[in-house]
Amino acid sequence: MPTDAVFPQAPADDTIGASLERSGVSRRDFLTLCSMVLAAAPVGLALTDKVKSAEQLANLVAKAKKPSVIWLHFQDCTGCTETLLRTSRPDVADLILNVISLDYHETLMAASGYQAEKCLKDAMEANAGKYVLVVEGAIPARDDGIYMELAGRPAIQVAKEVAAHAAAVIAMGSCASWGGVPSADPNPTGAVGVDTVISGKPIVNLPGCPPNPYNLLAVVLEYVTMGRLPQLDGFGRPKFAYERVIHENCPRRAHFDAGRFAHAFGDEGHRQGWCLYKLGCKGPVTHASCSTRHFNEIPGVWPIGIGAPCFGCTEKGVVWQMGTFETVPIHLATPPDTYPPIYSTAGQIKVGAAALVGTIAGAVGGAAWVASQRFRSSAEAGVDRVIADKAHAEKLAGSSEMAGKKED
Amino acid sequence: MITGIAKAGVPAAVAVTIGTEPLKAETIPVPSAAVGLLYDATICIGCKACVAACAEANDTPPDTRGDALHQAPTDLNDLTRNVIKLYKSEDGKEFSFVKRQCMQCFDPACAAGCPFQALSKDPETGIVSWTADKCIGCRYCTITCPYHVPRFQWVGYNPRVTKCELCSHRLQKGLKPGCTSVCPTGAVIFGPRPVLLMEAKRRIQENPGKYYQNRVYGETDNGGTQALYLSRVPFEKLGLPELGPESVPARSLRWQRRFYQYFALPVVLYAGLVQVIRKSLKGHEEEAHAKEKGTGLRAQL
Repeated sequence: MPTDAVFPQAPADDTIGASLERSGVSRRDFLTLCSMVLAAAPVGLALTDKVKSAEQLANLVAKAKKPSVIWLHFQDCTGCTETLLRTSRPDVADLILNVISLDYHETLMAASGYQAEKCLKDAMEANAGKYVLVVEGAIPARDDGIYMELAGRPAIQVAKEVAAHAAAVIAMGSCASWGGVPSADPNPTGAVGVDTVISGKPIVNLPGCPPNPYNLLAVVLEYVTMGRLPQLDGFGRPKFAYERVIHENCPRRAHFDAGRFAHAFGDEGHRQGWCLYKLGCKGPVTHASCSTRHFNEIPGVWPIGIGAPCFGCTEKGVVWQMGTFETVPIHLATPPDTYPPIYSTAGQIKVGAAALVGTIAGAVGGAAWVASQRFRSSAEAGVDRVIADKAHAEKLAGSSEMAGKKED
Repeated sequence: MITGIAKAGVPAAVAVTIGTEPLKAETIPVPSAAVGLLYDATICIGCKACVAACAEANDTPPDTRGDALHQAPTDLNDLTRNVIKLYKSEDGKEFSFVKRQCMQCFDPACAAGCPFQALSKDPETGIVSWTADKCIGCRYCTITCPYHVPRFQWVGYNPRVTKCELCSHRLQKGLKPGCTSVCPTGAVIFGPRPVLLMEAKRRIQENPGKYYQNRVYGETDNGGTQALYLSRVPFEKLGLPELGPESVPARSLRWQRRFYQYFALPVVLYAGLVQVIRKSLKGHEEEAHAKEKGTGLRAQL
């Protein structure tokens, strides 16, 4: 086989330690990788809970059998593969590829055409029921999956077939987790995530655009050393990486608490590195480990770190659903770093208000006094009128008496 | 006739008044297993973890009114049982945080003011709690409390009165109150009141001159409270008024009894009223006679 010419044929029960030694990887580099796994999953994994140092982890991992990984591409941009390869130091990707046995990967393998198909078939047969299937990209499900074909067959069938013999399935990236970009409205191909297509297999979702490669490495190592998958949340995401929202550990959080916000790109606040919430940062609702585990092994290399608001790539209902500059609701509002005074200023009477109320009260009082004066004069007028009426009546009586006298 | 009734009532009222001694602060019953808080303002760093923990423990939504992004209450309110405030002197040299919540008084003014016993003090733990079924929404409790603690819910069709109840639902489960369970510096601690008082006095003894007047606020203030305070700055500046050792309800009761002593004041008041009524009736009659004379018609009123 042509591949044998490039890579020496590995024994069937190859351990990670033996494989690394044969490849000439230094112990120091392997320890560096192990410490990065420890940093990626400090808690929440049986693997990292068991060990106390990178050295202990290295000893544990070295004894494990090299896991066979089959990596399938569907509707994707290969960005998730790139995140694995574009590490700051080239040997990190090399290391990762030495720790796992990547038996089939359409982007990385030398073979093509029928040869590639044979590779897939061989890898499936050699490790049937034991290999880990990594899926990258959304699977088109509409019209029986005719919108994407692999080797003349609908991609959805290939996915089902390869998953049927897999020990576990890892959905790498947002597209594989729940559809991602291809599933954005109007979703012409009916793109869906792996868990919609495949059932009956343990599925771990690692959403992100792209996800952190160390999360993948941690999940795979947990599986090969401990024989189990990490604890998952309600969306099938491993809790060790997706339990907290970005906002909780954001390096700009202090600015949020102090009310210092960037209001426009390039403004004073943006240049000072203030909170990006008002620019549409989705950090408060996005569950991901980005704020603590940055990319490319360079501190500060992640969206918020370089001044770009988080766009919520790990959340199905946020990315490609909400507006880019739309602000998200704060679910767990916490106290700011300002304090109320001992005696609240609310409720104090201001001079203007007192003057206004005084004026109104004076006007009402004055009006009442004037009205009462009029009422008194009208009452007196009433008495006068009674007296006048009485005089009139007497006068009338007098005149009638006079008329009677005339008749007489 | 009315005077007759009043005269008959005087001896009975005097008997009632003289029969009981005025209630003194010392006679306030102390709860058998009084629990409380000890807040040391000199240790508090103002992190407000207790504010967030309180909202979580009592299942109240964060108070974001006035500031849609933060939980920023300016004082205790219908969503806030616990608040951290900041005292700063005018020159800015002296400052202190203060945690405000219910003081759990030995003789709670809110309970004394409540006409339906909706606020009641637990005879064992001494926790003052509010019962929704008995509340008529009169808000007397919000006015009577000298610390201005119970707060009325000004929105909603079935408003509540909110106050710290020392997380009694958590105590039943064997947990500490929300605020004390998260305090990173131990500025607020929970425990039986005698133990807390001992601890407070120990701190004063070990640091003479550190604390204001070398005194624990709440030991005797307002008849004694179950929330105790230590501070470097005068308590009044932290919003804790100097009320003296007599509780507010005891003081008001003493004054009320003084007014009614020997039923003298009501009698004087009644006699005065009778005089006023008699005088004005006489004036009216004279006026009516004068009008009758002037008009020759009978007065209508």
